Order: sequence, then C-alpha cells, then structure tokens
Amino acid sequence: MSELRVLCCVKRVPAPGARINVTDDGQAVETAHLGFTTSPHEECAVEEAVQLVETNGGAVTVLTLGPPEAEEQLRYAASVGATDLVLVPIEDGLAAWDPQRTASALADAIQAIEADGGPFDLIMFGNESADSGGFQVGVRVARALGRPIVNGIKGTELDGDQIVARRAIDGGFEVYRLPRPAVLGVKEGINLPRYPTMKGRLASKKADMQVRDIAAGAGGQAMVQLKRPAETVKETRILGTDETAAAAIVDLLEEIGVLGGTQ
Amino acid sequence: MTMLVLLEHDCGEITEAAREALTAARILGDSLGESIDAVAIGAGADDVVDEAGRFGADTVHVVSHDLLTDYGPDAWAEALAQLADDADADVVMSVGTDRGNEVMAQMAARIDAPFVANCTEIDTDDDPWSVTRVQWGGSLLEDVTLTADRKLVTYAHHAVAAEPADAAGDATVETFEPDLDESVTVTMIADRDVLSQGITLSTSPVVVSGGRGVGSADAFAPLEELAELLGGVVGCSRAVTNNGWRPHSDQVGQTGTRIAPEIYIATGISGAIQHWVGAMASKRILAINTDPEANMVSKADYAVIADLHKVVPAISAEIRRRRGA
Repeated sequence: MSELRVLCCVKRVPAPGARINVTDDGQAVETAHLGFTTSPHEECAVEEAVQLVETNGGAVTVLTLGPPEAEEQLRYAASVGATDLVLVPIEDGLAAWDPQRTASALADAIQAIEADGGPFDLIMFGNESADSGGFQVGVRVARALGRPIVNGIKGTELDGDQIVARRAIDGGFEVYRLPRPAVLGVKEGINLPRYPTMKGRLASKKADMQVRDIAAGAGGQAMVQLKRPAETVKETRILGTDETAAAAIVDLLEEIGVLGGTQ
Repeated sequence: MTMLVLLEHDCGEITEAAREALTAARILGDSLGESIDAVAIGAGADDVVDEAGRFGADTVHVVSHDLLTDYGPDAWAEALAQLADDADADVVMSVGTDRGNEVMAQMAARIDAPFVANCTEIDTDDDPWSVTRVQWGGSLLEDVTLTADRKLVTYAHHAVAAEPADAAGDATVETFEPDLDESVTVTMIADRDVLSQGITLSTSPVVVSGGRGVGSADAFAPLEELAELLGGVVGCSRAVTNNGWRPHSDQVGQTGTRIAPEIYIATGISGAIQHWVGAMASKRILAINTDPEANMVSKADYAVIADLHKVVPAISAEIRRRRGA
C-alpha cells in the first residue's frame, strides 16, 4: 500500500477564559485581550493524523481558511508533525463566511491541492468549530467531494483499505467502516495532543506554506449580530470556610434526596 | 406546505431529543399555522408512533426500506430528503444532537440549502426568518437571517424542555418507501461496543468533579469515594484531561460531556467558559474552592471557601457517621 496522505482542516479561534465579550457593533468577539488557538476538536484531528502517518507512513497536510494571522495555527500544526501547510486567506471577517460559503471554498481548495499533489486518503475536520459551531462544514465538503463522512469520531484505525471509526455514545461506541478515501469529523478525547518540541518549533518556522486564493458566494444564513445571553444573577450561599462545612453539605444532600446512594 | 419533524430513535427506542423536537415543533407549528408531520426512519420506526402522538404529532411518516436496517447519516438524510420532496415540505426540523445535526447537515448538503444548527428562538413572521442560535456551546448567541425555500433547522438540545401535548391524540400513520441504493449503507453503523450499562456522566444524579486544584491523578481518590457513597460519578475539567490525570470520557464541558445532575459538586475548578457550558444545566451547583473570586464560586448556588483536600474527605466521613457505619 502506498503511503497515507492525510489532510486536516483547522480553524483559528479566540482562546477565552471566564467570559466572552462582544464588540460594540455586535459583529465579533472582543479579542483585544485574548490569545488565539486552534479549535480543540481540530487540534486533536491534527494529532490523530500525525499518529496515523507515524504508524503507517505518509504525510499530513493542514489547511485553514482564515485571516492572514491564521498562519500561526498552521505553523503550530507543523511544530507537532504536519509537513504541508495551506492558507486560504480571507479579507472580510469570518462573520461573512457562512457555512455554505466556507464549505464551498474549502472543497475548491482541496480539489486544487489534490490536482497538484494527488488525492488524500483521509480528510479530517473537527466535529464543530469552538466558536460558530455550525455542525456542517465537514459534511458539505465531503458531499461536494463525493466521499463518505461520519461525525463525532473518537477513535480511528486502518484495517486494510478500510478506515474503522468509532463514535462515542452514552456508555459505549458505534463502529463505522468506511472505504478510502473518506472524511471524518473528530471530537476531542480521540487522543491527547502532544506539545511541540524545540526541534519541532524550529522546523515549523521553515515549513513551506502555500497560499491559495479562493472565491465563493454567500449562502442562505447571514449573521446579523452576536449577543451575550441574559445573565441570571445568582446569590451564592456560603456554607462554610473550612471542613466543618461538611455537616451543612450533608444536610443539603439529604434535603435534595441524593443521600440514598449506595450503602 | 408541510413541516417535517425528524424523530431520533435507536432501533425503535425513542430519545428524549425526539420528545424535545416535537415540543419545539408545536411552538413552531403554532406560529406557522402548520400541523406536525413527524418522521421516523428505518428499523423500529413503528415503535415510536404512540409516543410521537402523545407529544403532539398529527401524522407520523414511517419510512421503511430493506436497506434501512440501522442508523447511518447518508441513509437517513437521503430518505428524509426524498420524503421532503414528496411532501413538498417548506420546513424540516429536529434537535441538535450528534445525529440530529449530522442528518440535517447531510440533507442540506444534498439540496445545497442553508441549515441553521442549534437555534434557541425562531421568528417566522417575515421571510427570511429571524433566528437566534447558539455559539461557543451556549456562552454566546448569534442572530441570523435564514433565506431558503425549504428551511432546515435544529433546536439546541435542552433549549426546549419536553412536554406532552395538552390535546394529544393518536397520530395518523403514513408509510413512505424511499428509492435507495447500496451506496447509502457505506456510512451505516457496522457494530456497537457497549462499555457500561450503568449510570454515566450524562445521566448521573450526582457528579463530583475536580479541576486543576486537585493537583494529581492520585488525589482524585477522595472524589471517587464521595461519588460512590452518593451513587454518583466523577467528572473533571479540561485542564485535568490535558494533564492526563483522568480520561477524556470524564470531562465536563463544551468539548466534553454536558451534564444535568440534581447536584454538581465542583471542586478546585475555576469555571472557565469551556467548562461552564457543560455544567450550566445542573439543577444545583456546590463549588468547593479556596478562591472566593473563582467564576465557579460566583455562579454556584452553594459554596465552601476552603481546601477541597480537607473538605471532600470530611463530607464522606460525615455521610458514614450518619449512616452509622
């Protein structure tokens, strides 16, 4: 079998702490005091891809559609093992990129990359992005490419020409067997992403990054504004400031009827 | 004009999400003046008809085909798309579970229509519709307009609490056989691995969670002891799984499990947005933290401002004392 070609599509998102604020015009998340990161499911997709090629041989390409600054997320992926980086730069804000438009541009970009470098055996998306959470870009791209996709994947392995994908459900897994080439939407928990090594960081600075300009028309979902949900102000009852609070806590557990438990 | 409501079921076992979908559909149906046409696809579809009627379905379209032996996103979406054509549906809706969003996304991709996932409010007075949907797992909302001849939406899971219909009656059953070929079986479930049949993080009435403040994998032992005494399970924050102290299946949060226990005992957890959105559906929250300013403390119903390493064993000891053990 020839070596695996794996593609991961990632998204640059803000890294929020305890609160997410919206800009005054309601068009974006206030990022003045925030760093940026790779959307968590996709960080795991990159790790999974790197592990698959470590085991089976091959190479990992990482693609992002985003502002020029998204180069930072591509370089990070290179620092943990991706070798080919592709940026589809956008001039307007991400709010102008509804799911249909995003998927259309990504499908075109993937077809262009494959025309130059050969087809991918496996394409991985995050199950949903951490910010806009549209739950559909990977599915639309897979459909446009005519390849099967299953979402919610928390385990992959190769079995001959098949990709065995496991989807977590309550108390177990559903198992899917897809022929190659295939597409997966993966979830955090599929692995524990590694941290970059110093050598990886140095190499990532030199990794070659292709820039591909892709145009795509708007779809039928248009953002009007972002807003914070109504906040419920809660009065917190302090039950104590040391371990003697245990009595009050057990009173509470008894009162709400969860003290039955296992004896 | 018809509004189709996709019912999620697993081989005939109806899900809470399906009841939510019908409850939400009654709200949407009222504002549109449309009746509720529920859709049950594949093996076991007959078994959900009675429950669908109880939750307000006027009609249940039972979709059957020899190839529809189990769940598969392509099979369900292709069947749903064909039924939508047959019924001339102007709205197709469901609830935003893994399957709900997956099938709707597949259908949207098939007909190249927009699909708005995880809505909380839908205003149908004008066309395009004005829709509010969830971003960031629920920490932010987004207002969007939806322009489409056939509108595809899911309501966010838990955005509407499932309620039986006041005037529930028997639903009329209509059968539909889509035109399918073997290609749709490529993404069908091939097998199931059942790991546990007891209570899980998402169903447990008590969750005892630890965050970075717990300090190590070993230091979770007192939390496990307390959870066991209460017949509950242990959860954790993302910092804990990132440190490798607990498996990801224990993680509560936006990218972990969303929980809704009677009480959530959150120890040594600061309460970042990522964690909060997974915990916010808990009926009550007790935070145990040395930092009175922690986000988790200010959002909790009850708090103890102290070292979890002392408080958690003291709770277990007190429970044992009262049980006379």
